[in-house]
Amino acid sequence: MTLPFYVPPEQLVKDRAEYARKGIARGRSIAALSAREGVVILAENPSRTLTKISEIYDRIAFAGVGKYNEFESLRVAGIRYADVKGYQYGREDVTAKSLASAFSQTLGNIFVQGPKPFEVEVLIVEVGRDIADDRLFKVTYDGTLYDKSGHTAIGGPSDALSEKLGESYEDTPAAEDVLRLAAEAFRVVEDRAIDGWEGAMLERQGTNRRFRRLTRDELSGI
Amino acid sequence: MSGFLLPLDAPLPGNSFTELARSLDLTPRWHLPAEASPSSVPAPDATTVLALRYDGGVVMAGDRQASSGYDVAHRRIQKVFAADAYSAVAVSGTAGMAIELVRLFQTELEHYEKLEGERLSLDGKATYLARMVRMQLPLALQGFLVVPLFCGVDPRTGTGHVFTFDAVGGRYEEQDFGAAGSGGREARAYLRTVHRPDSDEDMAVDRAMEALVAAAGQDLATGGPDIRRGIYPNVVTVTAAGLRHVEESAVADAARRAVETVL
Repeated sequence: MTLPFYVPPEQLVKDRAEYARKGIARGRSIAALSAREGVVILAENPSRTLTKISEIYDRIAFAGVGKYNEFESLRVAGIRYADVKGYQYGREDVTAKSLASAFSQTLGNIFVQGPKPFEVEVLIVEVGRDIADDRLFKVTYDGTLYDKSGHTAIGGPSDALSEKLGESYEDTPAAEDVLRLAAEAFRVVEDRAIDGWEGAMLERQGTNRRFRRLTRDELSGI
Repeated sequence: MSGFLLPLDAPLPGNSFTELARSLDLTPRWHLPAEASPSSVPAPDATTVLALRYDGGVVMAGDRQASSGYDVAHRRIQKVFAADAYSAVAVSGTAGMAIELVRLFQTELEHYEKLEGERLSLDGKATYLARMVRMQLPLALQGFLVVPLFCGVDPRTGTGHVFTFDAVGGRYEEQDFGAAGSGGREARAYLRTVHRPDSDEDMAVDRAMEALVAAAGQDLATGGPDIRRGIYPNVVTVTAAGLRHVEESAVADAARRAVETVL
């Protein structure tokens, strides 16, 4: 009988975190910002067909960076979770808080028990009645859950991007302004020309489904 | 589904909400013995619904009454629903089952759209609805029959289509109009004489309303426009611009005209 090598838990976590971080560092960033008209989500994405931002439920959107197959499977699972909950109870019972918690539990489990951690970071964003009600959750590869307000970012240089956003983000800005502000922050932090935009918005006003993708026209001027 | 973890695995096809709900035991399974006799459990029936094509779209309308034998079970139920942004579904038959079928169908379409990033084709939606009816066959044999009616616009061509169904899940595309429910026969007979596919939306709404009044005149289970109580049919239109609920004031006007027109 062979005994498995003993690996101290500190070492295991450290190795896994390093592996996941390396994967995520290659990913392009995504930012989410609260504005008067709703929550704006902006991503650098050279592809027109493979999206990183997606509708989850009425007032909730998802965005993911890192390995496509991994954040895509999380996105699909998030939609399943939300639709099952909304069907079983009611539409208003689907909340970003419970979803973010499920993402956190799932990523945390995979980080510790899976063959390898997911190389992803995800955003779960919910638009509220006013800016104070908006929810911006960020979940990292190890399941750590961050509750942000106003603005947040994920992806390679997300810390630098968050800081840059913080410098110029003012209270209750207009959607147009936050879009320009975010684009400028991307350019400064990346220090290069941006390779295509993908944008979406969760509208503050409306009936059930508030998610809409920003058109090429809306993104061309930023 | 475990309360805290995301469902990363799902039964195939992975984009079907119905299959997912079934695997989680959220939708009932019917295991009825073949020799079971028709049920005597009382369940209200929803009655006449109809849809007709006009130039540029389709209009769908349904009365508001649910009947239990000779009794009025409910006066204000809704039988015409938005299926998604470009299609509508209406139901006749056992009301409780029918409304649940609609809810599952709506969730299915939304689920598919979110997962795939695009809507099912109009044909695909009709096929799926037929499958849902077919799965209810054991219940139909027990007397809990649900027959839907489906209409919508194919966004690629901008033309309206109407689909009728039968209890075994048969799916039929209609050229001009379709109707379901106990007053459906009378509604079809009326529409056959007055329907014109080149009419505009207002005319189509008027014809739909008259057909409902005609059905209510002959069929005891169909409730016509109830002007005294202010209960009017539900009417929606679907065009290339999407689905629209016709405002109640416009429906009320059409109802008043229809009551004058139809004997």
